[in-house]
Amino acid sequence: MGFDRRKFLKLSGLTFLGFAAGSPARVFGQQDTTMVDSTATGDGTITPISGSRWAMLVDLRACNEKGGEDCDDCIAACHRVHNVPEFDDSHDEIKWIWKTSFHSAFHSQEHEFLDEAITHGNTMVLCNHCDRPPCVRVCPTQATWKRESDGIVMMDMHRCIGCRYCVVACPYGARSFNFRDPRPHIEEINPKFPTRMRGVVEKCNFCAERLATGKMPACVKACKHGALKFGDLEDPQSEVRKILGDGFSIRRRPELGTQPQVYYLV
Amino acid sequence: MIEKALTGSKRYWGWIGFLMIFIIIGALFYIRQYNVGLGVTGLSRDVPWGFYIAQFTFLVGVAASAVMVVLPYYLHNYKAFGKITVLGEFVAISSVIMCMTFIFVDMGQPFRILNVFLHPTLNSLMFWDTVVLSGYLVLNILISYVTFSSERKGIAPPRWIKPFIILSIPWAVSIHTVTAFLYSGLEGRAFWLTAILAPRFLASAFAAGPALLIILVLIVRKVSKLEIEDEPIRKLGVIVAYAMAVNVFFVLMEVFTGVYSDIPEHVHHFEYLYLGLDGHSKLAPWMWVSNILAVFSLVLLIVPRFRNSLNILVMACVAVFISLWIDKGLGMVVTGFVPNPFGEVVEYWPTVPEFFITLSIYALGALILTVLYKVVISIREQVAGYH
Repeated sequence: MGFDRRKFLKLSGLTFLGFAAGSPARVFGQQDTTMVDSTATGDGTITPISGSRWAMLVDLRACNEKGGEDCDDCIAACHRVHNVPEFDDSHDEIKWIWKTSFHSAFHSQEHEFLDEAITHGNTMVLCNHCDRPPCVRVCPTQATWKRESDGIVMMDMHRCIGCRYCVVACPYGARSFNFRDPRPHIEEINPKFPTRMRGVVEKCNFCAERLATGKMPACVKACKHGALKFGDLEDPQSEVRKILGDGFSIRRRPELGTQPQVYYLV
Repeated sequence: MIEKALTGSKRYWGWIGFLMIFIIIGALFYIRQYNVGLGVTGLSRDVPWGFYIAQFTFLVGVAASAVMVVLPYYLHNYKAFGKITVLGEFVAISSVIMCMTFIFVDMGQPFRILNVFLHPTLNSLMFWDTVVLSGYLVLNILISYVTFSSERKGIAPPRWIKPFIILSIPWAVSIHTVTAFLYSGLEGRAFWLTAILAPRFLASAFAAGPALLIILVLIVRKVSKLEIEDEPIRKLGVIVAYAMAVNVFFVLMEVFTGVYSDIPEHVHHFEYLYLGLDGHSKLAPWMWVSNILAVFSLVLLIVPRFRNSLNILVMACVAVFISLWIDKGLGMVVTGFVPNPFGEVVEYWPTVPEFFITLSIYALGALILTVLYKVVISIREQVAGYH
């Protein structure tokens, strides 16, 4: 059953693509055209960016040295594009990508003599799109699942019953629950992406909707310092693959065996 | 049969009315929660499960504990439990209904709950928990109805019910095992990631459930003309004593492994639970009350002179019940989230709406139990020729 539904979603995605190919300007709106990637050519044809195993690289040095403590570009772009609400009360908080300390993100992998530039700076955290996602394993309705084609951990907010078992199971604290109606708390609603209702779980989707229309993830696009890299690990020629092969990188809580697909360069 | 619950004394109706007040207050709060969302609770993205799920967990244990009267009576033909077995099964029925209600009020989208059956997901423990709990409810309704109907007619229960009774025994164990698996199978939550969680749940259940049953049987003896001997009550006391001792032993094993190994991810949870962490210690005083009550109850339960006095036994049972309620209904679930995956302490405390919704579900359970017990009392009094 779940498979059928997914097939349906895929098909509707394709339908959307066909629609988008016809009139990109109308579909994407004005403000968004600046973020269109090279794959989306000017002649109106949109090619989806496809990959077999998407991964994100966070270059902590670039992030902290060039971006600095107050840089919020990636967060702002992501949260604007995805209609992520702002709540005053931290109990209601929704976040897809956010800053935390190195200590908080890597408390089992640090020591007191680490480079202060790293330990005192920010660490961007988001859904790890695990290869073996615990959230998917526990969901009682298959409202969250790992997409076979490219490994993105997807979320069906229409099927989610709001039991929050996935929030409990996630070892990375990457999932948020809509404790209240989020809509009044969205500064400016982006009509290109669905808003959510109260009582469902949400998280980073690696910009699956942008990839489908030939655009890189919003956070990657927004980072002026190249601290976020996104690419296909199955492709030996991809930039992410080359960078990972060139040096040392770490992942959050690797000992759990979840195979997180967000890598950190320190 | 149920018509017996529709006639009763002023005291009976007064009690029903008293429970109804709490049910209505809770229902009003639930309407608010339904409209606003779970934001009316103290839950957050750091502590996504709290009071409701903890009560669910505790009550699954109470429900499972019916097996402690069913097993000796049906498997070992321990006749003394004859009169209280149906009372135990009714505790199971009302507890399972409370469990289901707690799950319902905890859902963000409660009216989508049937998606669990529409998209059955074998790898989700929550799916299995729904299956075993529903099955356990059906089994207990069936068994208690059939056996009590026979008792009323003064005949032996039909032979076909026996396989269902036998099945209900491992089934009772399964509901609490699966409920423990909800927690113990999560790689990211060190506090619950322990093979002893299910055995520990069962031990605490087999102490708290029979302790409650002892209190209930003594109340039934007081408010009705039913003659229930001391023997089954004392025997239940022995069961509570063993189960409580095993439970405390299991808890100490957990504490030892966590504290002596000194792995930060493990020990921090225990620190938070019993001492407080980073200046946050909302649960610690409660846990010490729980610990003291546990030791106090064990002294009363283990010394035969104390245990065999029903007045002291009932005190021990109250202590056991409160101690285990704090342990499971307050500490166990929340501590799994503190500290959170970032090593930060974000505390949780139930809000007023959450408290009253919880209270109303307990009132609902008490109402169901009262009605079921009323039927048993009226029919047994009738059979015995009191009216």
